[in-house]
Amino acid sequence: MTRDEAFQQFLLRMGDNTLILGHRVSEWCGHAPVLEEDIALANTALDLIGQTQMWLGLAGEMGGGKTADDLAFLRDVWDFRNVLLVEVANGDFGRTLMRQFLFDAWHSIMLGRLLTSSDDRVAAIAAKASKEVAYHLERSAETVVGLGDGTEESHTRMQAALDYLWPYVGEMFVSDDIDAQIAAAGIAPNPADLRDEYDALVKRVLAKATLTLPESRFAHKGGRDGRMHTEHLGHLLSQMQWLQRAYPGASW
Amino acid sequence: MYAQMVESEASNDDPEKLAEFQARIDADIKIEPKDWMPQGYRKTLIRQIGQHAHSEIVGQLPEGNWITRAPTLQRKAILLAKVQDEAGHGLYLYCAAETLGVSRDEITEMLLDGRMKYSSIFNYPTLNWADIGAVGWLVDGAAIMNQVPLQRTSYGPYSRAMIRICKEESFHQRQGYDAIRKMAEGTPEQRKMAQDAMNRFWYPSLMMFGPSDKDSVHSAQSMAWKIKINTNDELRQKFVDQTVPQAEYLGLTIPDPDLTWNEERGHYDFSEPDWSEFFDVIKGNGPCNVDRLAARNKAWDDGKWVRDGLLAHARKKQAGNLAAE
Repeated sequence: MTRDEAFQQFLLRMGDNTLILGHRVSEWCGHAPVLEEDIALANTALDLIGQTQMWLGLAGEMGGGKTADDLAFLRDVWDFRNVLLVEVANGDFGRTLMRQFLFDAWHSIMLGRLLTSSDDRVAAIAAKASKEVAYHLERSAETVVGLGDGTEESHTRMQAALDYLWPYVGEMFVSDDIDAQIAAAGIAPNPADLRDEYDALVKRVLAKATLTLPESRFAHKGGRDGRMHTEHLGHLLSQMQWLQRAYPGASW
Repeated sequence: MYAQMVESEASNDDPEKLAEFQARIDADIKIEPKDWMPQGYRKTLIRQIGQHAHSEIVGQLPEGNWITRAPTLQRKAILLAKVQDEAGHGLYLYCAAETLGVSRDEITEMLLDGRMKYSSIFNYPTLNWADIGAVGWLVDGAAIMNQVPLQRTSYGPYSRAMIRICKEESFHQRQGYDAIRKMAEGTPEQRKMAQDAMNRFWYPSLMMFGPSDKDSVHSAQSMAWKIKINTNDELRQKFVDQTVPQAEYLGLTIPDPDLTWNEERGHYDFSEPDWSEFFDVIKGNGPCNVDRLAARNKAWDDGKWVRDGLLAHARKKQAGNLAAE
């Protein structure tokens, strides 16, 4: 793989994560438990879609003049490079917020490192996105603590959410040849190197939330290399891409 | 107009106080939460502000219906931002209602069990992507007609909420017009979507202003209190006059064969909507009434454990802080 190809894959991994998670979060619109959460979820989704436009915009430039929309709306499942964590169904509000926290924790650490990327364009996107994500993390962590250490029911639900999602966490830290090439070029850190910082952060928050971290380190994989997504992604794309697919060539 | 057919309450208050109150209103002095006000004024305002707030909340549903199918990232972002603004409007308005002595939970329960209404318009479905443009252009356009004058309404907190809301609403309306313009200038299929949206949203938009003032027994009192500034018919006429040239520019046909410019009046003549349909919708028989209310009830019921959990945590924290002192 050439360096440009590896760089493009890296950009797709960043942009597909924000695209798919932004889509999932937006599914909550009008259905949240309380008005403040409706506002916060829409705001989070909006930030993530904005970040998608930047990451996929750059990926498109690298990939022969495609637009971010071409990449979002005209690829099939096997071309998506997001981690499986962001594509699983929302579940209840507890699972949605737990997923957000587990992702935000990784996202904020990753973007922090990208601030000093050797590629100016990457550093510029990270500069904008990291401010937004700092807020996402603050909010999702607070909510995880509040619900974990709330009532017996909310505690049980948050523990169930954590147990369900934990096997999807490991994929964020798996490094492959693409990561090695990108890290060697100083564009991004090697994902495996972020794990200690991540574990420390997550443990701190989960302890406050009185939740128990599952012991297993088993990790479902297959999203960020596109080898095997979950069954959920196809349904998500069939909804998200429908207009573009049904009316090809139209301008919206 | 998100508040329709708000009944104004009669007041059995001390005539001297009432006269003093009316004099303040006539002098354009704002009424603030701690000021004396007639019971009828308070109750009518709670009903009107509450109905407006509920409309913002229920209004998230027809628009949210297209967020996951928005055709471009830009359109998705614009729609998300709009729906977020609307939830924010709901929040300001619930706060304004709270200053009148009714909590957000109480007023929410009244929406959920059907004691309070929201605008009839949100009981119509959004069926194709052009509907999202039509909602911004026509529905927000109609809402603005009413909300702009309400910036001068007599109740301070309501007036200030309206000032903030109007800024965002006019932005939404421009975005809606831009979205439908893109469709009207697009492929034959897109034009068909735009015309279809126009056909379905025209009369329901006219209904947003409420029935003719001739039939509206409550208008006079509300107008004297300056919680209603213009008559329903005035606003409806203004909306039609503004919208017809915009539709012509888009090349869309307004589904009213009798629509004509009346040189003498200096206004368009137009057909009244089918008011029996309006009353059906108000009674709960619109195309989406049952589903909209069911969706809001489900969100509220499913979210109970979240609200309870966060409240329990906040109490524990507070108790911990007190113990530490």
